[in-house]
This record gives sequence, C-alpha cells and structure tokens, in this order.
Amino acid sequence: MRGTRVAGAIALGTLGGLLAGSHGDAEETRWQIDPDKCIGCSHCSTYCVLDESAVKCVQCFDMCGYCDICTGYLDTNYDDVNTAAENQLCPTAAVVREFVEDKAGQRFYQYTIDEDACIGCGKCVKGCALMNGSLYLQVMHDRCVNCNECAIEKACPTQAYTRVPAEKPYLVKAQAQSLYESKLADEALAQDDPVAKLMRMVTMR
Amino acid sequence: MVRILVIGLVLVVSSNATAELIPTPDFTSHAIPTTEVPPGDGAGWEYVDVAALAIALGLASYFALVTRSRKHLFALSFASLVWFGFVRQGCVCSIGATQNVSLALFDPAYVIPITVVVFFLLPLLFTLFFGRTFCAAVCPLGAIQEFVSIKNVQIPRWVDHSLGLLAWIYLGAAVIFSATGTAFLICRYDPFVGFFRLGGNANMMIAGGVLLLIGVFIGRPYCRFLCPYGAVLSVFSRFSRFHVRIPPTQCITCGLCSEACPYGAIEAPVAPALPSEASRGRSRLGWILLASPLIVAVFAATGSMMRVPLSQMDLDVQLAQQLRMETLGLATTTTDASDAFRNARRDERVLFESVLVKQQQFGRLGLLLGAWIGVVISVKLVSLAIRRPHADYRADTKNCVSCGRCFWYCPVGDAPAGKNVANEQPEPSQLVQIT
Repeated sequence: MRGTRVAGAIALGTLGGLLAGSHGDAEETRWQIDPDKCIGCSHCSTYCVLDESAVKCVQCFDMCGYCDICTGYLDTNYDDVNTAAENQLCPTAAVVREFVEDKAGQRFYQYTIDEDACIGCGKCVKGCALMNGSLYLQVMHDRCVNCNECAIEKACPTQAYTRVPAEKPYLVKAQAQSLYESKLADEALAQDDPVAKLMRMVTMR
Repeated sequence: MVRILVIGLVLVVSSNATAELIPTPDFTSHAIPTTEVPPGDGAGWEYVDVAALAIALGLASYFALVTRSRKHLFALSFASLVWFGFVRQGCVCSIGATQNVSLALFDPAYVIPITVVVFFLLPLLFTLFFGRTFCAAVCPLGAIQEFVSIKNVQIPRWVDHSLGLLAWIYLGAAVIFSATGTAFLICRYDPFVGFFRLGGNANMMIAGGVLLLIGVFIGRPYCRFLCPYGAVLSVFSRFSRFHVRIPPTQCITCGLCSEACPYGAIEAPVAPALPSEASRGRSRLGWILLASPLIVAVFAATGSMMRVPLSQMDLDVQLAQQLRMETLGLATTTTDASDAFRNARRDERVLFESVLVKQQQFGRLGLLLGAWIGVVISVKLVSLAIRRPHADYRADTKNCVSCGRCFWYCPVGDAPAGKNVANEQPEPSQLVQIT
C-alpha cells in the first residue's frame, strides 16, 4: 500500500515537472479569430455555446473607405441607398451609417457597429471583403466564457480560431497591424491614446 | 446604374486582390476613430481559481476526516457549485484538464497553462492521501448530483460493476482523441455545463436533465458510470493514506450505512472462504487469468478495425471525404469547409496525404483503445474473483466519494479512545438518532 502510494506521488511529481518544465512560461490563453483567415461563414453566430454569441463584428476605421455604396452595409439587391431595413445587409441593423462629409461631389459615410445589436453572423464581413475588408469578427472577451474546447473552433471551416495570450486577447488584420505599428513607432503616443490603448490588448503576429 | 458601377468596382478590386485598398479619406473636420474592444479580465481569475481549488480541497479533507461533518461538506459543495459552476462557468475543470494534459504530452506544439496542470494534479495528490474528497465537495458536477440524490434505490451489484467500466472506456477514448487534437470529448459531452451557463447545446442539456432525473434515485450516475477523472481518482483513492471511516470507533455491523449509501460504495462484511469455496474461487481465477490475454487480443483486433470510423471525428478527414464525394459527384451540396478549401486553392494532394497519415495513426490508436478496453474488463474480472474477507462494514475506498452521508446513519457514537463499543449493546436512542 505504502510503496504504491509513494510511487503514485512520485509519478504525479514527475508528470507535473515534465508538463511545467517542457512548456516554460506557459501563459493563460483565450480564443480569438484570425481575421485574415475568417470568411464570414456565419458559424460564429450559431455554434457558440452562449445564446447570444461571444463573437461580434469590429470596424477598423483606418482601413475603411467610408464608401457611399458600402458592400458591407447594403444588401446586393438593394432598391435605394438609404437606411431602410430592406436595403441593409445586416439582419439586426447593427451597422450604423452616419453621414460624415461631402468632398468634391463624393459623399462619405462612417459605418459603426452597434455591439448590442450585433449577432456575429459575419454577413457584413463577407460583404466588406469585396472591398477593403475593414469589418472583421472578433471574440469579445467580456462575453466569452473561454471553453476548454471552443465549439465554434471545431465548426470553423477555415481553422481561423487560435489561442492567444490572455493578457492580449485580440487580433487585428495584418494590414491594420503594420499601420498601427508605424503609428506606435512614429509618434510619441500618449498612454491614453486610443491606438496605444487598442494595441495593449492586441497580440502582434 | 449605381449597381453596375459597384459590380465594375468589385471586379477591379477582386482582380488584383490584396492590392491597394480604397483610401481612407482625409476629412476636414472629422477625426478617424480607433476600434474599441472590451477589455478581457486578464489571467488573474485563473490563479484565484487555483487558490480556491487548494482551499476547497483542504477544507473538504478536513470536514470529511477530522470533523466528520456532513453538514459542512454539504455547505462546501454548495459553495463549490456556486463558484466553480455558476460564477466561473465550469471551465477549466479537473475532469476536462485530463485532455489538456494528454494533448500536452503528445503534441509538443500545444502550450498547457500551468493552472491547468495544477487543476489536474492537485485533486490526484489530495486523493492519494485523503481519498476522493474532491468528489465530495469540490467538483461542481459532483455537487449538482449530490443535491438531487434524494430517494436512494440500490441497484444490483453486477449492473454497478458493468456500468462502472464505461468510465474507463470513456477515459481511453478521451485520451486518444485529445492526444491527436481531434476533439475534447469530455468537454463536448459535459452534461451539466449547460446548467452552469444557463444555456448551451440543447441535446446535452436534455442529457444532463435525464442524468439528474436518474440521479434522484440512483446516486451520482455521471460520477459513477461516466466520469473519466473519477476513474483515475478511484485508483488513487484505493491507495489513500487516510480515508473516511464509517463508524468513528468500532463497527457493530448493523448495516444501516450500507442501506443509506446512494452510491453503492459500502462493502458488507465478507466471511473467509470455506475450503470448497476457496478451491472453486481459485479455479475461477485461473480461468479468468487464462482468458484475459484472449479478451485483450479480441478487443485490440476489433479496435484496429475501427480505423475509419474513429478517424471520421477528425475535421481534415471529414473535409477530404467531402472533397472526394464532390469530385465523384456523390455529394449533392458543398460544405462551408469544402468551399473555403476550393476558394483558397489549397493543394488537394497535400490534404489527402496528411489524411492518410492520420488514418494510419487512428488505426494504431484504435488498437490501443481496444487493448485498453480488454485490459479494463480483465482487471475487473480478476478483482471480482478475488475474495477479501473482512468483518465489518467499510467504505469501498475506490468508489466512496467521502460525501459523509453514512456518518448520519451510523449509530456508533464518538466513544473515548480505547473503549470497546462493540461489546456494549447500543442504546435504542442511539439507533434512532441520525444527526
């Protein structure tokens, strides 16, 4: 009995040492979508274990063209360019369209995501991918319960889900990343600058 | 007109993909905002959980072994259910951590967080010394079943023994599927996590509801018949240094505890074998020992034939099959995965080659899983054939979860050390008293 117990304790210690040793400074991780791999298939809105998915759409304003005819906002069969429901691609009207400026006869609009209304279906992501691809999906970490096996990860057709360090649980598109990196390097950014704030939460690739 | 323009634009953009984007305009009076994302809660909570686990394990062992207080164990399991279940929403748990450990051992690319290692090892270590106190009052899955176990129906021993094998088979399957990175079965088929999150996979919630309904009559069905971690714990508990004793002093063999235990975890006294029984037992044991290599071989052979169905759990294998079906014209619809594969113009040959390697791997793993099932059955048969005589009712250290119900029913009071209670007739009032 005693010998077995000692052997058991030694085995546990060895296993623990092996696991801890071979992985060094293993960090806590969170699930995140690699926006460059995502194809906006809509599985994120249906496979999440939460009734309202933890995945929501994010607008990268620095990549947006502020188009009047926005392929992420307007349904392909739109009748008119306005905010009427039948013209919108978004099933929950979570993309908010606001007029910004008229320049040389071109009208520019800003598109913002209403996080409360967004269901993470990725319709706008798919639409926007035709143009600039500034709209992309992210796992929101005020909602995600960090399942050991993420149900969406298993359903994702392009294996876009990865584990990222818990301290920096977000990702940005590769294009935006280089943009933000130059912003961080060029200017002496204040600590409370929105870009600096965002980059503190983003894992660089 | 506008639409034609858009289509034209789309064609231009998509024809030189990854080329310049439509530039973000320079507005005269409008600053371009920056994306905002809600902050995560950092990694701090994981360390709080580890601390909570250590404290809960310490308390559970103290309540079970020192104060012998069922009331405190019950309160502690309620607290564990609230914290680990409803507040922390069930992830990561020690049961699921088994898979992370197995993945970390087989896949060097997987980085296992240190807290997950602790979640896996700490309950095992405690069990090695104090028995399954983790099951008693720390595990939220155990707690939710403990609360519904109201009407105790004793099930036949053979049913108990046979169903108990399922947990071992489940463990084997969970290990091979997590080692290959295919799936975390334990997490996917966790019947109670949906309750903790107040929502989730409908089928699993129904399964959880059914298990809880069964659990009203047959105590802790998940822990006893399915929990893979419980199976591992049962081995460690078998060799535990200190384990709960039912009577605080001397057993009077009244059998009340055995009837009260909803988990069938109390062994009735076993008389030493008569000479005729002993020789029959020996020959039975001999036959079982002879048959066990055969059992292992048969199951291993069956397992190795499960190459294709086992590998079908893998996503790449599913994709390869779908692509084959589409090429042969057998599939009526494409899937998201196959569309994405074709749109990305990935190389089919590379995929098929990797899938062939995977299927071979699953052939070997199927053989191992089959052999494992054979070993589990053989060990069970051998353990059933061995007679271990003992004079009193005692906790079956493997299956006892140290819940402390039997403390309530045991009529033997705390007697001063050295006083032999067995020789005294218990007072009738002592028999009635249940607290």
